[in-house]
Amino acid sequence: MSMNNQGRPTGTGTSGFASTSGSSLLPNEPLLFEIGDTEHSGVDLPDAEISNDRLGGFERKMPLDLAGLTEPEAMRHYVRLSRLNHSIDSGMYPLGSCTMKHNPRLNEKMARLPGFADIHPLQPVSTVQGALKLMNELSHWLMTLTNTSAVALTPKAGAHGELLGMMAIKAAQEAAGQAHRTIVLVPESAHGTNPATAAFLGYSVKSIPARADGTVDVQAVKDALSPEVAAIMLTNPNTCGLFEPQVIEIAKAVHDAGAFFYCDGANFNAIMGVVRPGDLGIDAMHINLHKTFSTPHGGGGPGAGPVVLSAALAPFAPVPFVRKGADGLELVEHNEGEALGRITAFQGQMGMYVRALTYMLSHGGDGLAQAAQDAVLNANYIKARLGHVFSVPFPDYPTMHEALFDDSFLAGTGVTTLDFAKALIDEGFHPMTMYFPLVVHGAMLIEPTESESKQTLDRFCDVMEELALDAKAGNATRFTAAPLYAPRRRLDETRAARSPILKWERPVETLKAAE
Amino acid sequence: MRYLPHSDHERAEMLGVIGATHIDELFSAVPSSALNSFDLGLPAHSPEFLVEAHMKALAGQNHAGADGPFFVGAGAYRHHVPATVDHLIQRSEFLTAYTPYQPEISQGTLQMLFEFQTQVAKLTGMDVANASLYDGSTGTAEAVLMARRLTKRNKIVLSGGLHPHYRDVVKAYLKDDADLECLSASPEGQGDILDHIDEQTAAIVVQTPDFYGHLRNIKKAADAAHAKGALLIVVITEVVSLGLLEAPGALGADIVVAEGQSIGNALNFGGPYLGLLATRKEFIRQMPGRICGETVDAEGQRGFVLTLSTREQHIRREKATSNICTNSGLCALAFSIHMALLGEAGFTRLARLNHANACKLADALAAVPGVEVLNKTFFNEMTIRTSKPAAALIEALAKRGILGGVPVSRLEPTDASVNNLIVLAATELTTETDIAALCAALTEELA
Repeated sequence: MSMNNQGRPTGTGTSGFASTSGSSLLPNEPLLFEIGDTEHSGVDLPDAEISNDRLGGFERKMPLDLAGLTEPEAMRHYVRLSRLNHSIDSGMYPLGSCTMKHNPRLNEKMARLPGFADIHPLQPVSTVQGALKLMNELSHWLMTLTNTSAVALTPKAGAHGELLGMMAIKAAQEAAGQAHRTIVLVPESAHGTNPATAAFLGYSVKSIPARADGTVDVQAVKDALSPEVAAIMLTNPNTCGLFEPQVIEIAKAVHDAGAFFYCDGANFNAIMGVVRPGDLGIDAMHINLHKTFSTPHGGGGPGAGPVVLSAALAPFAPVPFVRKGADGLELVEHNEGEALGRITAFQGQMGMYVRALTYMLSHGGDGLAQAAQDAVLNANYIKARLGHVFSVPFPDYPTMHEALFDDSFLAGTGVTTLDFAKALIDEGFHPMTMYFPLVVHGAMLIEPTESESKQTLDRFCDVMEELALDAKAGNATRFTAAPLYAPRRRLDETRAARSPILKWERPVETLKAAE
Repeated sequence: MRYLPHSDHERAEMLGVIGATHIDELFSAVPSSALNSFDLGLPAHSPEFLVEAHMKALAGQNHAGADGPFFVGAGAYRHHVPATVDHLIQRSEFLTAYTPYQPEISQGTLQMLFEFQTQVAKLTGMDVANASLYDGSTGTAEAVLMARRLTKRNKIVLSGGLHPHYRDVVKAYLKDDADLECLSASPEGQGDILDHIDEQTAAIVVQTPDFYGHLRNIKKAADAAHAKGALLIVVITEVVSLGLLEAPGALGADIVVAEGQSIGNALNFGGPYLGLLATRKEFIRQMPGRICGETVDAEGQRGFVLTLSTREQHIRREKATSNICTNSGLCALAFSIHMALLGEAGFTRLARLNHANACKLADALAAVPGVEVLNKTFFNEMTIRTSKPAAALIEALAKRGILGGVPVSRLEPTDASVNNLIVLAATELTTETDIAALCAALTEELA
C-alpha cells in the first residue's frame, strides 16, 4: 500500500480484497468476477427433472463461466459500489441541460404497485383499463401544458423522441407531395442529437449561427429558408439558457416557407405551466420525462421522450396509442391511414409514465408553474451572485433555467475549465456541464433546478467564488491535481480509447494454474 | 408544495439580489402574448395520500400477473425478481445518479456497467457488448444499420420468425426501403431464410427461440450468410434461454441483440426494458450506444470511464453512428445484480426450471381436445392451434381470470392463416395448478 500526495493511503488497484484503499468509507471494490464463484448463488431454486427435453440438440456445451454471489456477498458488493457514486440525493448536481432534480420516492412506490409493474404489454386490453386511463391522463396533462393536439408517448428517450418527431414531419411532407424538402436547419447551439437525428433520416443539415447575444436571428432563419427546407430544429429555451425572444416570428417564417418547426423540449422544465409551446407555433416537441417530471435517470437511463404534435402532424403519430372505444379505452396497435408505424415494441416506458403522472398530480398545475419559476429564480440568483467573478457571455437577457459562464476569467492562471470542474468535486459538488454549448469558448453551464434551497445555492456560490479567487491568485496546483478526495484521481480517458478493455478476462496466471 | 424549498420571504430576498421586483421580470424575453396567457384548468397540488389513492385506484383496475394463472410471453416474460435486486437499485447513489460524465465520482455506475458488459459478452459468447440500448426491438433496428455500415451493402432479410413488433420497428426505421425484405410468418417453423441470401445481402436477422417458440439452427444460418459475405444478426427475446442453449457467438453469429427484461426487470406493461447488444471485437467502432472501458487513474489505480465516444452524437453530430444519447443504466443494473445473484449455477438451474415447466405445459395442452401444439422444439414458449378463433378464446379465458397467452392475430391482423394460433409461455412461476386450470378452461371453451 502506498500513500498519495495528500497522505491518504491508496491501493495497488489491481484486484482482490487486499486492494481496499485503507478507508472503510472509500472501498476499492474488486470486480464481481474476482469475488464471485461459478458455484455461488444468491437465489434458491428447486431442482427440475426433465425426462424428455425439447431442445432439439441445441443445448449448451460450453460452460458460461459466470461468477455468482451469495445474497450477503451481493449486498456488500453493490452497497460498496454505490458509495463510489455522487448522486442528487447526496449533494447538489448542477449539470446544465441535464437537469438533475429531486426524485420523489412516492413516484417509486407508485411505479411498483403490482397493477402497474406486474402487467404484461400483450395481455387482453380488457384487463388493463387502468393502465390505459393512466396513459390517457398523462397525455391530457402533456397536451394541456403545451397546448397541442396529440401526443405520442412511446419514444424511449429524448433523442428517440426527436427521431419520431422528425419522422412525423417527413411522413407529413411525403403525404403532401413535398418529398423534395431535404434540408433541416439546426442552430449551432443545438444538442448534438438534433443534427444526428436529421442526418439519420437522410436530411442534409444546414447550420444557423447564433447572434452575439446568444439567440437565433429571425433574419438568418429567413435567409436560410427555401423550398427545399423541411424543418427547423430549435431548442427553446436554448442551450445558452436563453428564451428565444423572436420564436414566434421564427415559427411564422418557417410556416410561411412550408416547413415545420421542431422544438427540442429538453428544457421545458423552465417554462412548464408558464408558457405553452403550442402558443409559440411549434409543430412537434419532445419532453424528457426524467428532466422535467422527476423520473430518475439511474446512471444513464431509462429515459422517456413523449412527443407532442400539432394538428397538422397528429395523423402521423406512431402506434400504439390509446383512444376511446365502445367498451372503454382501446389500444390502437396497427397503422390506420398515414400513421408512421411502430418505433418500439409495446407501449413505451409505462414505469416512467406512472412516475411522471405521480409528480404532476403532487405538484398540480399551480405547483408545476411554481417549480418552473423557482428553477428560473435559482438560475438567475446564481448568475447574480457570481456575475462579478465569472464572465457572463450573454448578459442581455435574464437567464432561464441555467446560468452560463465562460472561462475567460481563467486566462493566464494555468487552470483549465476541466481543472476547475475537478476542483469542485473536492468541495463536494458534482461539476457543472463544461465545454457545452459549443458556441461559447470554455462554457460552464450551471443548472440548479427548483429543488435546491437558498442555503445550498449560497454555499455553492461561496465555494465557486472562493475557487475562482484562488485560481486567479495563482494557486494552480489545487486545480491541476484535482480531484484529490474522490474515489479515483483523474482517469486516463485516452488510454481507455486507444486500447479498449471492455470486459473482464480471467488473469493468465489463473488459467495456467487451472490446467 | 413539499418538493419546493423556498418560502415566499426567501423568494423575495433572492429577487432582491437579482435586482428584480417580480418573477415575471425574469421571463422578459417571452413574448407578452404567450406569457401566463392561459388558464391551464389542471387540478391543483395534492397531498401525498390523495395522489396515492388516485394511483392505487388506477392500478386496481388492471389484472396483475399474480392475480391468476398467467401464460403471456411473446417478447416479455414474467419471472421472479429477488427482493435484493429491487432494494439495491433503489439505493440513492444508483437511482438518482445521472450519466457518468465525471468518472472520478461515478465509479459505482461505471464498474457496474463494465461488469454488465462482461456478463452479456459471456452469455452471448461474443467478444464485446455495449452498456445497453433502449430495448430489444430498437436494438434490432440499430443492429441492422450497423450491419449496413460494416458491409457497405444494403439488403436486409428479416426471418418470418422474428417478433412482429421487432419487424415493424425495423420497417419504421428503414421507412420505404426497397432493400428490406420481410419474410412472412412461419408458425410451423418451416420458413427458410437461407434461400434469400445473395451477394447484395448485408445481413439476415434470425430470432431463436423464434416468435413461435421454435429453436433455430444458428450454425447453419451463420455458415450460409458468411458464404455470401453477409452477416448474421441473432435476436433473442427470452434471455433466460441462454442458460440451456448454446451461445450464438459459439455458433458464428456476428451481432447478437437481446431483450434483457427477463432478468431483474418487471413486466411494466412494456417498459422500461433494456436492449443487449454484443458483437465481435473488430466491429467495436461501428457498435452503437454507450460503452464503458477500463483504464487507470493518475496514481495507477484501476478505474472505469465511458469510452470510444468519438462514434457518438455529442462529438460527431450529423456523422454519428446513431442518434442514441442514453442507455438503460438502471435496468442494466437490475439485470447485472440479478445475474450476479444467479451466477452460472443459478442461471442454469433457472433455465432448466423454465424448460421443465414448458415441457409440462406442452404435454398438458397436447391432451386438450381441439388443441394442437405446433412445436417440436422450444425453450419456454410454444404455439398452439385451436379449433376456435384465438382472440375470442383468450377473452373468454380472461373472463375466467386466466391470462392464457397471446393470440397471434393481435400482432399479425392481416394474415388470416394465424387466426387460430396462440403463443403461450411458461416460466419458473408457472405451477401445475395453473396448467391444470388453463387446460380445464380450454377444454370447456373448445367443447
